[in-house]
Amino acid sequence: MSVKFTKDHEWVRVDGDEATVGITAYAAEQLGDVVFVELPDVGKSFESGDEMAVVESVKAASEVYAPVSGEVVAVNDVLEGEPQKVNESADGDGWFVKLKLSDKSQLDGLMDEAAYTAHIS
Amino acid sequence: MADILQTPLHDLHIELGAKMTPFAGYDMPLQYDGIMAEHNHTRQSAGLFDVSHMGQAHYTGDEAALEKLITADLSALKPGEQKYTLLLNDEGGIRDDLMISRPFGDDGLFIVVNAATKAADFAHMASKTAGAGNLRMIEDRALIALQGPAAAAAFGQIIPAAADMIFMQCGVFDLDGVELYVSRSGYTGEDGYEISIPASDAAAVARKILADDRVKPIGLGARDSLRLEAGLCLYGHDMDESRTPVEATLMWAIAKSRRERLDFPGAAKVMQQFADKPARKRIGFTMSGAPAREGAEVVKDGQSIGVVTSGGFGPTIGGPVGMAYVDLEHAIADTEFEILLRGKARPAKVTKMPFVEHRFYRG
Repeated sequence: MSVKFTKDHEWVRVDGDEATVGITAYAAEQLGDVVFVELPDVGKSFESGDEMAVVESVKAASEVYAPVSGEVVAVNDVLEGEPQKVNESADGDGWFVKLKLSDKSQLDGLMDEAAYTAHIS
Repeated sequence: MADILQTPLHDLHIELGAKMTPFAGYDMPLQYDGIMAEHNHTRQSAGLFDVSHMGQAHYTGDEAALEKLITADLSALKPGEQKYTLLLNDEGGIRDDLMISRPFGDDGLFIVVNAATKAADFAHMASKTAGAGNLRMIEDRALIALQGPAAAAAFGQIIPAAADMIFMQCGVFDLDGVELYVSRSGYTGEDGYEISIPASDAAAVARKILADDRVKPIGLGARDSLRLEAGLCLYGHDMDESRTPVEATLMWAIAKSRRERLDFPGAAKVMQQFADKPARKRIGFTMSGAPAREGAEVVKDGQSIGVVTSGGFGPTIGGPVGMAYVDLEHAIADTEFEILLRGKARPAKVTKMPFVEHRFYRG
């Protein structure tokens, strides 16, 4: 399993032809207290770069873009009642969606952890 | 764009680890520990806010000349009292909302106006009162607010007599030779004080207040969520020159005597609109799910009926709250409508304000 990152602060954990997507701890920290997450419906397909979800913090609304193309096979329903999971565990329990990848080669265009760490520092 | 300004407490904000943001030309603290934690701390204990970006002024001379521009009855404003009032244009549009008080005995009036409007307000007041009175802008003083249920106990440690003040009273107090202009008021719905301090002493006084464990520094983020839950308008959003006090539901800020005399700016137009009822007026709303933000469209049965002017998450309420201007027929408590969020209609309903009960100290 490998974890990749986008410049828009999403992480993508790849397992076979599925990928779990969330926002990074850095992004969650920047957003502040998350109060609502709007997730897509299971079955919906996105092209890389499409608006996929919205995170509402006390301050403002922020879009989350699909880091790679694919079909939503699961969403994290826990966030409906406990949006603060995004702050508490951005790279764990605070995941957003699982995508069935339509083009695995897109992963090559994403950053590895070292590159992402350099990106935010 | 001119250089960004700093308040006398700027270094203290940095030292306290604030995340800073530009606001009304000043580099201001957005948050320290996080908006939610700061909001809750203010409601449960006490929070200290830097509001030095706001405009302070001292007016002396013919008060009738100043009174013509606003909606208060200055002859009824006694020494030691403060009033919330409106600065109107000749059409009755709201140029600003402000606090006017008499903390200096017979020596004129102390005025506090909004940051973004202070230059225009003071230029307007000075030109309209020229020859009759003297408006002196106070630029060498900081302004802080101490708000929350523990505010009186905490400030009472420093200025014992302040604990005896009641809501909307004001006075001048000495703190080891430093002159403080204090009023018992604020912008959170909680009990508390607003305190004007000479700039050179501001950090020392703020530190003295913060030394009390009950008090934490609070940024502009929580200031906004606190005032929104308290149903208090934010100038430039919930009211501006295109809105009258009738539409903004601020008629209570026009003194009865001024309504009778019809001598405030735009009085004929405002009182006519009050009698005829306005086309739209300001209401509060609640909803579930994502909070509606400023600019979102309010719809009912597919028709546009209004616009959101302030909206966000209310930490004390535990859900989204906001204010909107809606067509009068829908401006009734519990009326249900939808608000368009990213193209989707989300249910919301008219809800009486304040969303969180005011806890002012009235003695």
